[in-house]
Amino acid sequence: MTEFMVDAKNIAKQYGNIEVLKGVNLQVKRGEVTCLIGPSGSGKSTLLRCINHLEKHDAGELFVDGELVGYQLKDNKLYERKSNEICQSRSEIGMVFQRFNLFAHLTVLDNITIGMVKVRGIAAEVAAERARELLRRVGLENKEKNYPSQLSGGQQQRVAIARALAMEPKLMLFDEPTSALDPELVGEVLDVMKDLANSGMTMIVVTHEMGFAREVADTVYFLDQGVIEESGDPQQVLTSPRSERLKGFLSKVL
Amino acid sequence: MTTDGDTTYRVVPVRHYGRWVAAAVIAVLAAMVVHTIFSKIPTGQVACSTTNGVRACHAVMEWRFGWDVVFQYFTSSLMLKGLVTTIELTLIAMFIGIVLGVLVAIMRLSPNRLLSIPAWIYTWFFRGTPVYVQLLFWFNFAALYRYIAVGVPFGSAHFFTFDTLNITAFIAAAIGLGLNEAAYMSEIARAGLISVDEGQVEAATALGMTRAQTLRLVILPQAMRVILPPTGNEVISMLKTTSLAASIGVIELTGAAQNIYASNYKIMDLLICASLWYVIMTTILSIGQYYIERHFGRGALRNQPLTPIERLRRDLKGIAGKMHTSRPGVVR
Repeated sequence: MTEFMVDAKNIAKQYGNIEVLKGVNLQVKRGEVTCLIGPSGSGKSTLLRCINHLEKHDAGELFVDGELVGYQLKDNKLYERKSNEICQSRSEIGMVFQRFNLFAHLTVLDNITIGMVKVRGIAAEVAAERARELLRRVGLENKEKNYPSQLSGGQQQRVAIARALAMEPKLMLFDEPTSALDPELVGEVLDVMKDLANSGMTMIVVTHEMGFAREVADTVYFLDQGVIEESGDPQQVLTSPRSERLKGFLSKVL
Repeated sequence: MTTDGDTTYRVVPVRHYGRWVAAAVIAVLAAMVVHTIFSKIPTGQVACSTTNGVRACHAVMEWRFGWDVVFQYFTSSLMLKGLVTTIELTLIAMFIGIVLGVLVAIMRLSPNRLLSIPAWIYTWFFRGTPVYVQLLFWFNFAALYRYIAVGVPFGSAHFFTFDTLNITAFIAAAIGLGLNEAAYMSEIARAGLISVDEGQVEAATALGMTRAQTLRLVILPQAMRVILPPTGNEVISMLKTTSLAASIGVIELTGAAQNIYASNYKIMDLLICASLWYVIMTTILSIGQYYIERHFGRGALRNQPLTPIERLRRDLKGIAGKMHTSRPGVVR
């Protein structure tokens, strides 16, 4: 077992002529919370989406839990993995989206159980029991029969977190989880995330919540134009930035 | 009534005189039409009879719309057999249309050109030619291919051979209507599939679902909300389009009516008789469509609207409430 849950070496990604990631290095230790900050278009989300192979990186090596993402190294050749293998490894990584992306046609309970039942093959009653437990954990035990459209944004995002946790992931990815929320609803989602961090979950969080980053993160990475400009301890990175770009960015968001 | 301080004024609503006149004209015209539909006209014959040595004569009258003939044939075995054939044709053609249509739509959206281009050509061809011509085409298919066989491609060994002369009028109609329908259904299904938010696919993928699972468990159920209303239209439309099958000799509802009036010359009466059956069936289908749409609309609206029956019950309750208590009724 390697020390790092995520080990990204020199990751590059291009959309057409636009270089979104230009050789990014990122290391996340087990049980640690890592925050990715930076202006929009800096490649934070793309990097996050490469980690569970929602996007294919063009160059570099990306290891999750000691295994190469999307490929298998054999006889000095990289073999692309079969789609069911990729699905299997994705199911071990939880992801929470900016726009929640709850399944609109399913109730809250079914949103949480569908992955357990259809991907993991867990019996429906067992899955429902575990889903109720998770709903209690995110403080929504009385909403299991509601549809997502009947919930507030903050409630929807907490269900989305419960849905991801239902798969018992070894790693959780958060893609700007509070950016689509009304200001008064941000707190309830951040509280759930803090609890999760305290329980020892390995988390990578793309966020604009500098307060959360300072309080919860073990490491903060600042991305700008596809490059990691600065990284390290949140106190040091956020209070005494070295680069001009980070200084400029912080002056705008704080 | 409105209160301004201590004074109470009576509110006088705007009078829409123009609307009243228009409504009156339409009401009179409608009454006239209804009257002619249910009126009798003289046949031109005179009937005479002698009672107590007095001879009395009167003109023989008959229904203008031949209602007696309409209802005489309405449940006749020929018409009922035609009705069953119409329903069978509709079901088979729509089944082929929906299954093949969804398949063509999925192919059309595939990133693989070898799948998407044939799908496009299929839709282009079947939408570009008239259904009537297609029915004739399938009925005369044997002129093009005498046998259809499954075997080694370009080789001579066959495992299974089908004689195309066995394509009856009914089979030709079912295939023709179904294949044509699939072209339209594929466009409807495609519109539904692309209406589902990209984020839903991402969330399903991130959970570890395969492409097939994502399509079956997440995309299709949500696409149904968009696909169903036009599909309901297609079913209703198909029910009536099956009458074209009469032209290649299928004795469905219209064919049965034609066969009957060919021998008794009551053309209008039998066309009305067939039309009544069509109207009854489309009405039943419309009601079914409403409830199916409601089922797949779950989650799309915060609260489901009441069904017409629920609304009626609520209104009746409101009226009953008003009658029992002298207090102003509260509508819940």
